[in-house]
Amino acid sequence: MPVEVLPADGLLAASWLLIALPLAGAAVLLLGGRRTDRWGHLLGTATVVAAFVLGVLCTIQLGGLDERSVDVDLFTFISAGDLDVRAGLLYDPLSAVFVLLITGVGSLIHIYSIGYMAHDPARRRFFAYLNLFVAAMLLLVLGNSFVALYVGWEGVGLASYLLIAFWFTRPAAATAAKKAFIMNRVGDVGLALAIFLMFARLGTTSFEGVFGGVGTLAGGTVTAMGLLLLLGACGKSGQFPLQAWLPDAMEGPTPVSALIHAATMVTAGVYLIARSAPIYDLTETASTVVMLIGALTLLIGAIAGCAYDDIKKVLAYSTVSQIGYMFLAVGLGPVGYVAGLAHLLAHGFFKAGLFLGAGSVMHAMNDEVDMRRFGGLWKKLPITFATFGLGYLALIGFPFLSGYFTKDAIIEATFDRGDTLGYALGGVAVLAAGLTAFYMTRLMLMTFFGRPRWEPGAHPHEAPRVMTVPMIVLAVGSVGAGFALVQAFPLSTWLEPVFGEPEEAEHVIAPLTISVLLTVVMALGVLLAWLFVGRREVPVIAPARVSPVVRAARNALYADAVNESLFMRPGQWLTRALVFFDNRGVDGAVNGLAATLGGSSSRLGRAQTGFVRTYALGMLGGAVLVAGALLAVTAG
Amino acid sequence: MTLANYLVLAAILFTIGAVGVLVRRNAIVVFMCIELMLNSVNLTLVTFARATGTVDGQIMAFFVMVVAAAEVVVGLAIIMSIYRTRRSASVDDANLLKY
Repeated sequence: MPVEVLPADGLLAASWLLIALPLAGAAVLLLGGRRTDRWGHLLGTATVVAAFVLGVLCTIQLGGLDERSVDVDLFTFISAGDLDVRAGLLYDPLSAVFVLLITGVGSLIHIYSIGYMAHDPARRRFFAYLNLFVAAMLLLVLGNSFVALYVGWEGVGLASYLLIAFWFTRPAAATAAKKAFIMNRVGDVGLALAIFLMFARLGTTSFEGVFGGVGTLAGGTVTAMGLLLLLGACGKSGQFPLQAWLPDAMEGPTPVSALIHAATMVTAGVYLIARSAPIYDLTETASTVVMLIGALTLLIGAIAGCAYDDIKKVLAYSTVSQIGYMFLAVGLGPVGYVAGLAHLLAHGFFKAGLFLGAGSVMHAMNDEVDMRRFGGLWKKLPITFATFGLGYLALIGFPFLSGYFTKDAIIEATFDRGDTLGYALGGVAVLAAGLTAFYMTRLMLMTFFGRPRWEPGAHPHEAPRVMTVPMIVLAVGSVGAGFALVQAFPLSTWLEPVFGEPEEAEHVIAPLTISVLLTVVMALGVLLAWLFVGRREVPVIAPARVSPVVRAARNALYADAVNESLFMRPGQWLTRALVFFDNRGVDGAVNGLAATLGGSSSRLGRAQTGFVRTYALGMLGGAVLVAGALLAVTAG
Repeated sequence: MTLANYLVLAAILFTIGAVGVLVRRNAIVVFMCIELMLNSVNLTLVTFARATGTVDGQIMAFFVMVVAAAEVVVGLAIIMSIYRTRRSASVDDANLLKY
């Protein structure tokens, strides 16, 4: 699908400013030190808002072009012999929607953070890291080669690490940051290997070159490439088997959870797979694996989400589960890319809104996150309740809100495969939709309804305007995004230059049937949640005597235990064995040799007695030996 | 007088010198023994020069004498200074330079 790429002109030629602005903001704030404390947050917000405005203008210009794909060549990044990597940006419809999502939601969250972090002494550092993140994320989606994407990929990983560990004096936060970083690294190895494979087989990593040449490669190579890219995507997006870091990442400040661990960074994996569509189109195996992983993860996330009491962790597992939907969609191939991306954008709105709402609740409750300590908050936090409620309805797929349109499209496309796998995965997705309704309703009931179960001394109050306005904007987005993206301004038309014309799908099950089915399942989930949670008093202490299913869900299906026993402990044994071998084996050999030489030299040194006559005897003996040898040689 | 007689005399002188160097402790005597060895070599050189009818050996003997003279100057000076500091001319007493 190599599309025509135009050289950039006009405003698009300046699209590198999109990355440069937040990067400059981060540099000023980090290098400026305390001097920038007073206005640092304003600068940080201004750069992202400016990037948003620029992004909107660039996208408008892009929309007016005949070939909606623009290449902005910047400079030579690596030049060594045959290897020539140019740094450049690719502004096409796919990167444009990501630019708008990142800078748009990013701006709102920056504004929100001004209020949320108002009392934090390190607010400037927070904004510096946020700006760094936005810059890296924009590089990730704008880069025109896999190498540029990789630079951004690592950049967001770094920003994520710094922000999860923002309150690094708390051991839990420091550990969570390390966990996120290391698990991401596992995925990054896959991405790096995929890029090496491109270098080795195609000699280039630019999207244009790779997608143009991938058709000439052997099937096995393409499958390997697809699977390695998928490993990278799984690490970044918290998909099975690398999903365990994402819920722990909630140790970071809530705006970080909203921006990085819900709306943007964790969806980078979906972007990677959608961007690599020409690779996945050629390999049935890899795209099927993508689909299976998506389906498995969305189920794991939904099950774990039902059992947690920490409001942010429930939302985190919900994110894991929703990204599973997106993976399922992009694994379906051409029919699914647009559906997956539409869900990604809608999810960006409502999940960011939900996290900001959770942040507002925590702000009101002295940073309490245990939902068993909430209850009856709707009266005290009316705006938060309203915006959170809209996000909630959008997430569970309430008819005619965002999730309804985008999630339906994914499930429809899954059933449309028409084979057993399609039915099985579609069934899983429908089941998880019911679970989504269950856990989100449980969250709503425990947080906003029922009798207050507040800690003594809690005085919930509504957040300041600087926090509520972004929440309201995101709530509006949650309501309208789905309709806008699927019906009003179809994303499929906008993305046509990237994914080709949308084919008319042959429906196995009528879309209306699926919509009705999903609505019924959702209603069942809500009803069950009301039966289990809403009808009776919520105990303040979580009941200890529970069924094995609940216990497994509370432990996130033992993901941590599996990781520890499969990878961490053998890893520790291996390092211990290596340390032992190093100490005894390598060091022993080296030290032994040195000791032997030292000992023998001091023993030989004893020959130096200091008596001149001994030396003279030695000389005489030597001379006699030499003379004797000479005589023997001449005589013989 | 045949060539062998000169060479035997030189060998006897050299052996006396070598044994003297090895068995005597007095630095002066050791020194004289070294001179004896040098001169036995000189005798050999001159003998062969005479036998072959060339002057190369005689010139060599002059060189040896010059070197021996220079060596005596340096060596005696060292022995003198060692004697002044250690009150002894025994070569076994000057044994500080060892392992």
